[in-house]
Amino acid sequence: MAGIKEKYLQLKTKVETVVNEPQFDNEKSRAVTIAKKLIFGIFKIVILVGICYVVLSPVIGMVSHSFFSDADVYNPMVYIIPQNPTMDKMSMSYKTLDYLPHVSTALVFDLSLLLIQLIICSMVGYGFARFKFPGKNFLFACVVIMIVLPLNSIMLPLYMTFRNFPIPFPVISATGVKFTKNLLTTPWPMYIMTIFGCGLRSGLFIYIFNQFFRGLPKEIEEAAFVDGASMWYTYSRIMLVNSMPAVITVAVFSMVWQYNDMFYTKLFILSDKISMGKNIGGLTSTIANAEQITNPAILQLYLDAGIVLVILPVIILYVILQSRFIEGVERSGIVG
Amino acid sequence: MINKKNKKLTLAGRRALFGLAFISPWLLGFIFFYVRSLIMAIQFSLSEVSVDPVSGGYVLDWVGIKNFTYEFTAHATFKQIFASSMREMLINVPLVTFFSLFMAILLNKKFRGRTLVRAILFLPVILNSEAISEAISLAQQSMLGGLNATSAAIAETLNSSTANAAMYTDIFENFGLPRAVTEYIISMANGVNQIISLSGVQIVIFIAALQSIPSSLYEVAKIEGATAYETFWKVTLPMVTPHIITNVVYTVVDAFVSSDIAELAYTTAFKEQTYGLSNAMSLTMTFVVCSVLFLICYILNKFTFYYN
Repeated sequence: MAGIKEKYLQLKTKVETVVNEPQFDNEKSRAVTIAKKLIFGIFKIVILVGICYVVLSPVIGMVSHSFFSDADVYNPMVYIIPQNPTMDKMSMSYKTLDYLPHVSTALVFDLSLLLIQLIICSMVGYGFARFKFPGKNFLFACVVIMIVLPLNSIMLPLYMTFRNFPIPFPVISATGVKFTKNLLTTPWPMYIMTIFGCGLRSGLFIYIFNQFFRGLPKEIEEAAFVDGASMWYTYSRIMLVNSMPAVITVAVFSMVWQYNDMFYTKLFILSDKISMGKNIGGLTSTIANAEQITNPAILQLYLDAGIVLVILPVIILYVILQSRFIEGVERSGIVG
Repeated sequence: MINKKNKKLTLAGRRALFGLAFISPWLLGFIFFYVRSLIMAIQFSLSEVSVDPVSGGYVLDWVGIKNFTYEFTAHATFKQIFASSMREMLINVPLVTFFSLFMAILLNKKFRGRTLVRAILFLPVILNSEAISEAISLAQQSMLGGLNATSAAIAETLNSSTANAAMYTDIFENFGLPRAVTEYIISMANGVNQIISLSGVQIVIFIAALQSIPSSLYEVAKIEGATAYETFWKVTLPMVTPHIITNVVYTVVDAFVSSDIAELAYTTAFKEQTYGLSNAMSLTMTFVVCSVLFLICYILNKFTFYYN
């Protein structure tokens, strides 16, 4: 006992000398800094892991549920990792969704729109970034209005416009000769709007390109001009090639938002061949009717499997391009 | 001939023409799809629209502001949904702004796995799919048809979470915190998922803003002996204020597009076939949102510091 007490007292005097002597000031401040860093580090890790979990948990839940077997649903011991993993739900949803043909047509549709978006939006962005013309500031304000104005406010006029879309040649039908055509239920409204720079969030893409082009040095263009390049050549061969980050950003955004979009799909009554979202809406009722499954907890598994299948292409695209994509968002900035 | 023409136009004039040529597709589209649609929307909202189902044409009967008075005085749910959407928006905007600024500051420093965390935080923007939420709600509707197993399950989870919330409210009330404050904090905690999924783009905007602050400012602050706390308030915050406006605008518009009022306008138009009323609803909301935006921008602009 006495020995321990002595040792304790010795230690205490040692600590006191360290605390009070000015010659140990450096060590003290270093210890404080290390402790601070450690505490902040732990705090940061806890917060980041927690937030990442909140973001990822629905995805994790859906992926794990899509491998559950019927018995796992009612087994209270099963959490996230299924006891008897099966591919039944996946293959059933795969068959019902008619997955490969539907996904490929949807992707082709989205890709073609993406190409048009890239060409048109970069052109318009270049026009705003590098040329001076009367009314430029007013017109650019119109681009900003396009970003800010909620589409819902012009939803009905757009519907009516494409319900009776004016065409240059006459259509002869039973009711008479008309110069309008009903374009709803065809993919044409999307193509027409995108070609005229009013597609899905085109305003934002024009803005991104404009910001990016403005950040590029003018000298390259001047050199090209002196060497006799035309404006179009300068744009397509020099500016566009140099704006890869912006191109990738816009490509990913356009692709993903178009793939996920339900607003235009519902408004223009696009067919479910080109909209996976619409497709998956009817998945559970089809399976319920075909397989005579009435248990909602089990139908939920089929829905989860279907959703995993539908978001798979988007996730793959994102994982491949993510680092360059986020870099692009930061550099070209949606930042004003 | 051609030479003469070229001589008449100066280089600046030619460039102006080229500029107009570059933006012409968008300009045509904007006039045809946006300006024309807005004028049509105002027309629709001031009249009764009857659509001929065969030819698809429509007839407008001028009724003045009847649609607007109807939605505020006679419509069953418009006022409630309008108020709740506005409230949700006003609660979410400051939360999303603060949260995204906080996350941006955390993510701006270099650490291992930073790209991974950024990718994960941006994931909600990628998966922010109306399609998926729509599918889930549709599926739930069809399931609720004859069976009440899910509704029982939902009720159970709801009960458990409300029980928890009530317990925490009691605990904090015993500590002497006012009940309104605890309830606000608890509603924030319940909505944390929503807040995180709403702030993907905003975080990226703030990170870009933070990276554009010249490092010389921080060096000066350090040499002058500023603490990290002072540096934040005197350097970081003023430098990101311009982007706070961008973020607030983005959040407000985003909230409006996904709000219940947009949903209500959609059902009014395409399920109840009352096109005039639906247009009046969306125009009312657009007007209110624009004035809120204008007000917020006006106020924030007074506190905004422009470096250049």
